[in-house]
Amino acid sequence: MSERLVKIYPPFERFWHWGQVVLVLVMTFTGFRLYGIHEMIPYDQAVVVHTYSALLLMVLWVFAIFWHFTTGTWKHYVPTSDGLWQVIRFYSFGIFKGEKHPYRKAYWRKHNPLQAMAYLALKLLIFPTIWITGIAYLTYRLWEPAAGSGFWIEIVGNLHVLAAFGILSFIVMHLYLMTTGHSVWQHIRPMFTGYDDIELTPAEEAYLEADEPGRIKPVA
Amino acid sequence: MLPGKTLAIVSLALALGGAGAVAAQEAAVPPDKGSGTTVDHSKLEVLQKEFASGPEVTAACLTCHTEASDQVKQSIHWTWDYEHPVTGQDLGKNNVINSYCVGVAANEPRCTSCHVGFGWKDMNEAPPQEANAVDCLVCHDKSDTYAKIPAGAGQPFGKEVKEGAMTNMGKPAQPVDLKLVAQSVGLPDRDNCGNCHFYGGGGDNVKHGDLSSVMHNPTEDIDVHMASDGLNFTCSECHVSDQHQWHGSRYNVTAKDTEGVPLPGQRHDVATCESCHDTEPHDSLTLIGFKLNSHRDKIACQTCHIPEYAKGGVPTKTVWDWSTAGKKNDEGKPFKVAEYESKSGKKKPTYDSMKGDFEWGEDLKPEYFWFDGQVEYANADKDVVPGEIMLVNTISGSQEDDKSRIWPFKVMRGKQPYDTERNRLLYPHLFGPGSDTAYWGKWDWDTAFEAGAAASGTEYSGSFDFVSTEMFWPITHMVAPAKDAVQCEECHKENGRLANIAGIHIPGANPMGPGGKLGAVILALTLLGIIGHAIMRFFGRKNMKEH
Repeated sequence: MSERLVKIYPPFERFWHWGQVVLVLVMTFTGFRLYGIHEMIPYDQAVVVHTYSALLLMVLWVFAIFWHFTTGTWKHYVPTSDGLWQVIRFYSFGIFKGEKHPYRKAYWRKHNPLQAMAYLALKLLIFPTIWITGIAYLTYRLWEPAAGSGFWIEIVGNLHVLAAFGILSFIVMHLYLMTTGHSVWQHIRPMFTGYDDIELTPAEEAYLEADEPGRIKPVA
Repeated sequence: MLPGKTLAIVSLALALGGAGAVAAQEAAVPPDKGSGTTVDHSKLEVLQKEFASGPEVTAACLTCHTEASDQVKQSIHWTWDYEHPVTGQDLGKNNVINSYCVGVAANEPRCTSCHVGFGWKDMNEAPPQEANAVDCLVCHDKSDTYAKIPAGAGQPFGKEVKEGAMTNMGKPAQPVDLKLVAQSVGLPDRDNCGNCHFYGGGGDNVKHGDLSSVMHNPTEDIDVHMASDGLNFTCSECHVSDQHQWHGSRYNVTAKDTEGVPLPGQRHDVATCESCHDTEPHDSLTLIGFKLNSHRDKIACQTCHIPEYAKGGVPTKTVWDWSTAGKKNDEGKPFKVAEYESKSGKKKPTYDSMKGDFEWGEDLKPEYFWFDGQVEYANADKDVVPGEIMLVNTISGSQEDDKSRIWPFKVMRGKQPYDTERNRLLYPHLFGPGSDTAYWGKWDWDTAFEAGAAASGTEYSGSFDFVSTEMFWPITHMVAPAKDAVQCEECHKENGRLANIAGIHIPGANPMGPGGKLGAVILALTLLGIIGHAIMRFFGRKNMKEH
């Protein structure tokens, strides 16, 4: 076994990540303005910025979904119970005693089982909720004549805000977990450079060196 | 929604409308005193004489305008009678009770000084039958010198005017030269309509709130359409007429116009905003325009575009409490107190022995209600519930039907007399110099109510009290320039302008609704968990160092 710098975040994935960071922050700020939590910018400005950011984010998501399926990256998010317990145990006890993280990143499976599940819940539950309710909100005029629309717009609005708080809670957790490694930079770096320290078996190392030299940095 | 098609029609309409405007401008080039018609009335032979009375002038008018009198007599301006097509209620000035001087019955010569005719002295009878009883001049005078005697049942002032006589407009009366007036006639301008409608309720802007003397010559800030330095609309620009019948009713309002601008070549015949601005008035290609257009489905144009009424320094009466009328001063005489000072520096009465206590307001924010355009009047037909507010008129409408929108209103509040045995509103006989029953003079409510009941064909049991009342006046004039329209955040916030309207979803009006509360709890728990976790890590690391 040897530790090598392997590219695990290709350029699109990094662009997707940072694009989301910017858009989600902008939308959280403007969304809370629209919801009445603060009044730092005029309402109509918040409507314009929130809506166009949403449209951009939706375009980004369309590309991201396409990317996940065409590159097979979606497999990283398939939930597994294999090793899940150890990770939960680590974050609940081991981390306080200075134990090492039980999960070893593989270049074909970059998330630990708990992380994969959290991302999957975000992608399949919270994001779609905010998507669907947001589109319904935006297009209210089209379904407003339907019976009970007054009731449903309340549901839509409340779910939208609930999902927004869900995303915000995720971000808070996400940022906190960056502090759990050796250093914060160690956690952020791969999202800038694309490369992370990955333990490779001799066979994996040989394969990458021979067949995917672009994904593995030469030993300095 | 067919944006493409709508857009095509809109641009077509705009192009054609633009062409029409250019043509109209060219036609209006010679800046003469007339309206650009082919008749100069000062040259007509039939008008080259000294007229002794109003009816004499009308007779001269009718020699050419043979059908005019018949047409006017079909109009509500003449009949003061209106059968509501939906509710079947008998309305019009000859029937309704309002919360100002209450009712016309028994008070005719004062009230009918604004009748578009001469000599209507009894509401129990139809207006005078003669063809020349119609008053052409009150609407068509362009000399701005014609005025009716305030208690003259429609008669104009003569060549000689009594010292101290005042017009309905509250100005010193001037002698009226009927020959000069007759020769000046033309299409009605703002003054013709305004000389009655701006002074409803017995004084400047007393009644409507959005129709005051300011509208004779408003600035753009007061009324973007009627501004004399701007578009300079006359009333009939929107209240289009056909054969002396006008569009725009306050009994049966088109609260939501779904037809918009008529097809090219067809005349527009409703006094709605949409009949000129169409049903998608904001730029649909911008996000805010798109959003505002969708507001239009449920929010009347007036709601955003008339942020305030009673503008320009002329206040409107907001409270009229009849229950305190009749007080006398130390000398035993009726008196007036004028403690309200308007922004233009005019004193307004706050107490008058004849009428009771008043309150006034200027630059007022309207109150908002669902409105489908139907207005019902309590008159003397609805039960008063003692201790409860009596609605002098009721407006209908709700979120559920597709005719209603949220409209701005002036709500007139007050106390007015009712019959405590029959529990009905009462018609008082107020005006009548020398009369044995008029309250203004005799100061006896009982005889005033008896006379009022007799004149209105209702009853009076002999016992009365005063009940709190409210009356609703839709606001539709004094449209502000677009820059002054109500901003999003005036409704999209807690306790905003529409706070009293239950059951509607306004983003921002309810920060921390159920979804927000639950979300905040989730966020708080996450933060708590993180803090706990971080503390445990901190102590864990410390322990490790110590070992």
